Amino acid sequence: MVSTRYFVKRTGMAFLTFYAVISFTFAMIRLMPGSPVDRLRAQLASAGQDPSAVARQVELYASINPEQPLWQQYVDYITSVATGDLGTSTWYNEPVAQILGNAMPWTIFISIVSIILIYLIGITTGAFMAYAEGSRFDVSWSGTSILLTSVPFYVVAVVLLWLLGYNLSLFPTSGHYGSGIEEGFNPQFIWSVIGHGALPIASLVIAGFGIVALQMRGNAIQVLGEDYLRVAQLRALPQRRIALRYVARNAFLPMYTSLMISLGTLFGSSIILEYIFQYPGVGYFMYQSISARDYPLMMGTFLFITAGVIVGVYIADLTYGFIDPRAGGGDREAF
Amino acid sequence: MKRSEKDTSTDGGSVAPQQSLFETTADVERSRAERYRALIDEYVFAPGRIIWKDWRARIGITITTLFVLIGTVGVELVDRPYAGAGPELVGPFDSAYMTVIFGIPFWEYPLGTDSLGRGVFAQIVHATPAMLEMMFAGAIFSIVLSVVWGLLSGYKGGSVDQVMMAIADIVMTLPALPLVVVLAAILQPTEPWVIGIILVVNRWASFARSLRSEVLKLRHEPYVEASRTIGISTPAIITKDVLPNVMPLIVVNFVSTARNVIMASVGLYFLGLLPNTGFNWGVMMDNAYGQGAIYTKSLFHWFYPPMITIIFLSLGLLLLGQGLDRIFNPRIRARHAEHTRSDDESDAKQDEDVTVPDVQGGI
Repeated sequence: MVSTRYFVKRTGMAFLTFYAVISFTFAMIRLMPGSPVDRLRAQLASAGQDPSAVARQVELYASINPEQPLWQQYVDYITSVATGDLGTSTWYNEPVAQILGNAMPWTIFISIVSIILIYLIGITTGAFMAYAEGSRFDVSWSGTSILLTSVPFYVVAVVLLWLLGYNLSLFPTSGHYGSGIEEGFNPQFIWSVIGHGALPIASLVIAGFGIVALQMRGNAIQVLGEDYLRVAQLRALPQRRIALRYVARNAFLPMYTSLMISLGTLFGSSIILEYIFQYPGVGYFMYQSISARDYPLMMGTFLFITAGVIVGVYIADLTYGFIDPRAGGGDREAF
Repeated sequence: MKRSEKDTSTDGGSVAPQQSLFETTADVERSRAERYRALIDEYVFAPGRIIWKDWRARIGITITTLFVLIGTVGVELVDRPYAGAGPELVGPFDSAYMTVIFGIPFWEYPLGTDSLGRGVFAQIVHATPAMLEMMFAGAIFSIVLSVVWGLLSGYKGGSVDQVMMAIADIVMTLPALPLVVVLAAILQPTEPWVIGIILVVNRWASFARSLRSEVLKLRHEPYVEASRTIGISTPAIITKDVLPNVMPLIVVNFVSTARNVIMASVGLYFLGLLPNTGFNWGVMMDNAYGQGAIYTKSLFHWFYPPMITIIFLSLGLLLLGQGLDRIFNPRIRARHAEHTRSDDESDAKQDEDVTVPDVQGGI
């Protein structure tokens, strides 16, 4: 179980990470060569406004006032981000937090459903492959998994879009749900959401489950050779208990953290996916913001996605103790 | 290592009773050439032979070598394509356009041309050098940083370790793709090697972590403790005692990082999120996609070849990585010695610490 000390330490670490990331984005906006603030200022100044008005505008957009001393800019930026003010998008002219708040649920929906499917399919095939080791099933599925793993998910996405979207017209090719459908908890809406999410989810799953299957297969084979499994069999424990408690659990454990981390990376990869499927989630807005040089929205998206990843990894670390009692570190002497 | 017949001192055979262990010198002087030959045999030929036995590694090496050849020799043989070089949108293997190479008739545009009349095949070939440069720069940068970080923090321990790992944890948490995209948008890199480094900007951290956990096991090995006791300096212990033991991991990770760089860079070029510099498979896909390649049959030959090229290279690197892992993994290597039959049970048995599956295909 999770000790209080570990909990406190881990929570502190999560906050420290978030603080570091906010500082990092500040440095990127303010100090990087060709910084966004300078460009924003140049953009606004070319409209012929006086300098103090430009500075006010920049502050509105980027939460940074370039006229102030650097430390003051930094403090202001940290406080405004911490209170949820991510500035205003220069392209959409709406608060960044509001745009992203609306886009967020869609990206979460795609990521969570795909990660569940990736691990469900990957673990099942991996376990069967390990069980039927050396059989034709094992060889053919190992080969397929290797092949699928080497295909980038954006390639799968484009092929699916061409085949099922345009050629056979089975699935819609853009948007979250059909136009003219009332948003709410009704069957028509839910069906439409599923239809629009099917292709993005399918491309992540097809390109992603192979590596999980291969890893599960490797882990399961390793577990199958362990002594405690022989002992369990000699004790005549029920087959079901051996399969679930002994093999599945020990083969899956090493992959638990990577599950949570890949949730974060899936979240990040939504840029390419949502661009291809024109699916207005967080990634879609990041793409739009880069094309439009909308730096406040771009930085806001980056912060948003990072916060999502931090939360994911935090949950993984805290729950790991519940799943694997062996986890937990001891102190080491230093040399 | 082969020892000469006379040298029996190591198996306790002929040590004179009064001779102290520390004063003993080798009875047989090995010449420099002999020593080098032994080293080359141990580190190059022996692993090479084992690697070549594994079909995965064999295919992987073949594919990778093929791409290196394309990037070096290929660019010399194939003319650099330019706009208006040929007719627009010639189909693949169109026999209306033939040329003669060494007396053999050959297609002038084996994979057709794009809407500006540039040969698709020639573009793929001429995109290769920059891709290789990107791949190597990214992989080398990431490996060097993670090796320094992982070995130092794992070996030193204490507050050094805590600080270094805290930094690694923070860097690891940053989502790779958005970070790369934001950096690319601000910095606008154009040099392939800079792009390669930006693409791995946070990838080193996770490998540094797995290296650290490997070093944690090693730091209490008797020979490392012995070195420490007799006062050998920390850098010397790390490079001489610890590093050779994690070398296999490093080689395997080098290959998988290279693969990730390729997949990520092509993805970002495809989106047009990296500044367009010369030929690139992703840029080709972007151009074709922009003209509606996904629903126009006459553009397929422009869109799919670069895609297949990436899959091919990525498959080659994946197989090479798996083959190397299989050969270098100590547990599996021991089995090689026991029985040389192709043992399926060691298939894909990866070290849990090392391989974090990246579900989103390298990005």
